[in-house]
Amino acid sequence: MTVDSTAARQPRRSSGTSTSGTKAAAGGAAKRAARAKKPRSSDSEPPLVQLLTPEGERVQHPDYDVDLTPEELRGLYRDMVMTRRFDGEATALQRQGELGLWASLLGQEAAQIGSGRALRDDDYVFPTYREHAVAWCRGVDPTNLLGMFRGVNNGGWDPNSNNFHLYTIVLGSQTLHATGYAMGVAKDGADSAVIAYFGDGASSQGDVNESFVFSAVYNAPVVFFCQNNQWAISEPTEKQTRVPLYQRAQGFGFPGVRVDGNDVLACLAVTRWALERARRGEGPTLIEAFTYRMAAHTTSDDPTRYRHDEERAAWEAKDPILRLRRHLEAQGHADAAWFEELEAESEALGKHVREVVRAMPVPEHMAMFDNVYADGHALVDEERAEFAAYQASFANGEGE
Amino acid sequence: MAVQKIPLAKALNESLRKALETDPKVVVMGLDVGKLGGVFRITDGLQKDFGEERVIDTPLAESGIVGTAIGLALRGYRPVVEIQFDGFVFPAYDQIVTQLAKMRARSLGAVKVPVVIRIPYGGGIGAVEHHSESPESLFAHVAGLKVVTPATPSDGYWMLQQAIQSDDPVIFFEPKRRYWDKGEVDTEAIPGELHQARVAREGTDLTLVAYGPMVKTCLEAAAAAAEEGRSIEVVDLRSISPIDFDTLQASVEKTRRLVVVHEAPVFFGSGAEIAARITERCFYHLEAPVLRVGGYHAPYPPARLEEEYLPGLDRVLDAVDRALAY
Repeated sequence: MTVDSTAARQPRRSSGTSTSGTKAAAGGAAKRAARAKKPRSSDSEPPLVQLLTPEGERVQHPDYDVDLTPEELRGLYRDMVMTRRFDGEATALQRQGELGLWASLLGQEAAQIGSGRALRDDDYVFPTYREHAVAWCRGVDPTNLLGMFRGVNNGGWDPNSNNFHLYTIVLGSQTLHATGYAMGVAKDGADSAVIAYFGDGASSQGDVNESFVFSAVYNAPVVFFCQNNQWAISEPTEKQTRVPLYQRAQGFGFPGVRVDGNDVLACLAVTRWALERARRGEGPTLIEAFTYRMAAHTTSDDPTRYRHDEERAAWEAKDPILRLRRHLEAQGHADAAWFEELEAESEALGKHVREVVRAMPVPEHMAMFDNVYADGHALVDEERAEFAAYQASFANGEGE
Repeated sequence: MAVQKIPLAKALNESLRKALETDPKVVVMGLDVGKLGGVFRITDGLQKDFGEERVIDTPLAESGIVGTAIGLALRGYRPVVEIQFDGFVFPAYDQIVTQLAKMRARSLGAVKVPVVIRIPYGGGIGAVEHHSESPESLFAHVAGLKVVTPATPSDGYWMLQQAIQSDDPVIFFEPKRRYWDKGEVDTEAIPGELHQARVAREGTDLTLVAYGPMVKTCLEAAAAAAEEGRSIEVVDLRSISPIDFDTLQASVEKTRRLVVVHEAPVFFGSGAEIAARITERCFYHLEAPVLRVGGYHAPYPPARLEEEYLPGLDRVLDAVDRALAY
């Protein structure tokens, strides 16, 4: 085992030059090297909706457009900078032992801010566990997102305060909740829409496919927003699908669109269009935001075991924040002072987050018995009393 | 007429009708619950009277049914889901255990998910594989769920009302082989508490505790034992999570002997929990170990063998004899 695995790991360190090992391992290495050389969003990929090139040039698309004021453009830029800073702070807090885990959104800011800013207040969001920037758009206090990663709760916000459901960790489950919620919206005769976030990995889950079936059959006002960030931990999208993900929608009977997930304007335009379809009673839409997870899956993950630096570098050139900055600068919509001010504001956010997290109280021991049931349960009452008596027995011991 | 003598199936149908009439947020959903009225006709006529928006024929995907029911509940509805047969609930098990059961606690009490999942369960109807199982322990083990099962038409009517009114998720097991057994239902009575056990027959020598389909079997066993001069008390548990141990304890303190009867396999079954708890609570009252009668640690057998697999009158009486021999 050790010989083979060493051979298989070599190409990651010295790309393209397969050296030693068995014939089979060398062949695998060559294949991996070839894949690394080919950018994964190359010309062989189907076209995607783009309104802002990586160079910051505004381009037109025949079907989708947004007309934003300079202030609105600066707003999107600020959203992305602030959430990246928040995300970076959370990663740092994990490294310092303040959080048990963090799932970084680095690289996916445009997909999340673009789609999040397309929503109305009365729309409802069903996120995965990585939608930190969508939460930002919904007005969820960012520090609330950290409770579950610090281990003080399993979801620290009231979903109905911001129409932003709790993070869902088991993959794809929330797409069915979103569909059911959307069925209820339609029953109520409301013109709100619902958006369900998931990823390329979750697209293989039965629940996601069942949510496509249910939403299509009931014509539910739901938008499925798939962030294809190319990696489900160590498995590339090729391990999930033989067709581009957005094309799956056709088989279920509703439209699917692939959008440049690093283009905040395109994500905003396409999501607005899909939400309007939902409001008009035209049913679900699948949006595949083609993006890249720049960081590890979580702070526990080690991407050097399965992907090349070259791939990351290629995506770095398509950075969502950089391209909007280029555009703002080229158009004269923001000057150096504005960028500096924003930098200072984001640093203040980082400091605030750090302080709040460090001060987060550990819940009372008895809290684990709270809210298990709405109407109470005899066994929970009994065990709570037993545990309280057990705890009290130590206090009594000290007093004696 | 407030008091009618009707079968359990009709009592459940009347209960659903009442719930749909009284609460506009109640929706019934599942496979074939519409025009067909369900394979057991529990939802017969409901779609005709309440429409397709309230009585919903769903795509054939159990996880999808329960998952969308959760979403509807989050929107303020009270979905009553029908799973067609016990053995078909497992595609939805993840949604039930991972999402439905935990959502209230995860939200620190901010949301409620009042979903009722009706499951016809148990054997004795000569069905094919996966149509005769008793998976109640697999749900009772999960915090956040409540698990109940009626044994009579009256309990079928009232317990379903109470389950639908509950703000907690309730797994509602219906003893399918008792669907056609008749009993009196008083729709204007004041019902007992949903999770309270019921002494179905009083006795002094031994307590038989059962629920759902086995209550009738235990009553028959008690009647047979009475002919031999033995006074057997029968407790109908009604609720499997939570269990009303107070009622059971009072019975055992009186009779000093307990036999637990259920169709589900004995190994890790609800009888194990009952035996352990009653032993803790009644250690100095017990004259014999708590015995259990139930299914074997084998897949539910083909229909021609099910009478051997299921606890029948004789196996229950055999356990009664053994307990009384101590």
